[in-house]
Amino acid sequence: MNKFITTIADRSDLIIEALFQHIYLSFVSLLIGVLIALPLGMFIARYRKYAESIIGITAVFQTIPSLALFGFLVPLIGIGSKTALIALIIYALLPILRNTYTGLTSVDGSIIEAGKGMGMTENQILVKIELPLALPFIMAGIRTATVLTVGIATLATFVGAGGLGDVIYRGLQTYNNSLVLAGALPVAILAILFDVILKIVEKRVTPKGLKV
Amino acid sequence: MIIISFKKVTKRFADGTEALKDITITIPRNELTVIIGPSGCGKTTLMKMINRLETPTSGEVYIDEHPILSKDPVDLRRSIGYVIQKIGLLPHLTIEENIALVPNLVGWKKSETSDRVNELLEMVELDPEIYKNRYPLELSGGQQQRVGVCRALASNPEIILMDEPFSALDPISREQLQIELHHLQKKIKKTIVFVTHDMDEALDIADNIIIMRDGQIEQMATPSEILSYQVNDFVREFIGMKRINGKKVFGDRRLKELKSLFDTTVDREVEPVQSSISVKQAVHILKNKPQILLEVKEKGEVLGYLGYDHLLQAAVNWSGTDE
Repeated sequence: MNKFITTIADRSDLIIEALFQHIYLSFVSLLIGVLIALPLGMFIARYRKYAESIIGITAVFQTIPSLALFGFLVPLIGIGSKTALIALIIYALLPILRNTYTGLTSVDGSIIEAGKGMGMTENQILVKIELPLALPFIMAGIRTATVLTVGIATLATFVGAGGLGDVIYRGLQTYNNSLVLAGALPVAILAILFDVILKIVEKRVTPKGLKV
Repeated sequence: MIIISFKKVTKRFADGTEALKDITITIPRNELTVIIGPSGCGKTTLMKMINRLETPTSGEVYIDEHPILSKDPVDLRRSIGYVIQKIGLLPHLTIEENIALVPNLVGWKKSETSDRVNELLEMVELDPEIYKNRYPLELSGGQQQRVGVCRALASNPEIILMDEPFSALDPISREQLQIELHHLQKKIKKTIVFVTHDMDEALDIADNIIIMRDGQIEQMATPSEILSYQVNDFVREFIGMKRINGKKVFGDRRLKELKSLFDTTVDREVEPVQSSISVKQAVHILKNKPQILLEVKEKGEVLGYLGYDHLLQAAVNWSGTDE
């Protein structure tokens, strides 16, 4: 235990830098993932004939082992944070896309019919009915993607993108278990922290009328 | 007088089924017209033609002589109230926001909208102070559908479409809402098109009833007309003999139904009448010549003779069988 504390104290520069890199990698990839998956989800919810194939493609990406995906991308893009971000975005897509699609398509048809019958345009139905009602689903997807991304971002070290994986890897190479722990623990805390924050956001955005 | 008219409207779905077959009919203004028929007869499809949730394969629908296919569907729908069976209130909006939906879409002033919401809630006997800020899921089914009706009336449309609005409610709320709708219609005098499969409901609330089968209209008439005269066996069966006998007003009965009371011999002056005339018409004739007998004829054949005393006897018998 003592050794662990001294390790943290000695390597605090390394750990803090790695932590911020890690946050940067997870946050940016998540943000871009949302920006891609959310509109894509809305698109396939409206044009359902494309839904199967598009969700299928993201599912195939998901099945590639993460270590292998980083490996595949290096010859194509090179090393650095760009490669790491692309890999992380690919992993973030599926949960957000699938939940957005499920959320939008599971909105009660009678509510949409009522909206249409009252003269709402397709976009008004999307913004005023479908999205608010699908929001709990979408948020759940984003939360899943977040935990996933924070975990996988540890592999960014192998493409030279830094992050807490650096600390863990260094610890492994030097048989320094304290250093491994000093890298792994913040990853876990970060994942939990992000999840809690998003849970609060989810509660905030869930329409009041749905909680009764 | 006429507001909605269908001219040779046919609807064929992609799978080849013909939901509507060459329908030509007019729905009168400011009256409550019920479209009724067994499931799959095309009644809902016919109604949805009016706000263009369905479009005809061929033929044309007119509102006030204007073909609705030339109107923008969104504008058209905003000008027509719509109540659906599953109520379809938006669960994430308050009762006030739900009712204000169409006024907001067409850009009413805030104060105007809020006055209107209060007025409508009071009309359906929901205290605005209590219910305005509640959410749909906090209300009972009957209350929700009252709000559904308010929402349809909100922007004061001339036409209101109701698609089996009360069929999902429990019997007590259903009856209550039927009565309320009846009173409401007396006050607001809108053109209401009401789809149902419940004959009792239709007879209670309708000014006109359209009976449909297999995409065609079998008969259109007022409730009392339909009880006294049915064009064919299908209509008769669909209404049910019990209702036909039970709800018909005595004056609307046909003379031929009283056949068992007819005299076969004559001792007075007679006047020939058709057996299809009603008791009311018979009384009218007899009023001028109370001493004569009516010679009731069907297809040239004399069925028998009857006068005032026979009608009196019939009336006594009638009230006895009236359960």
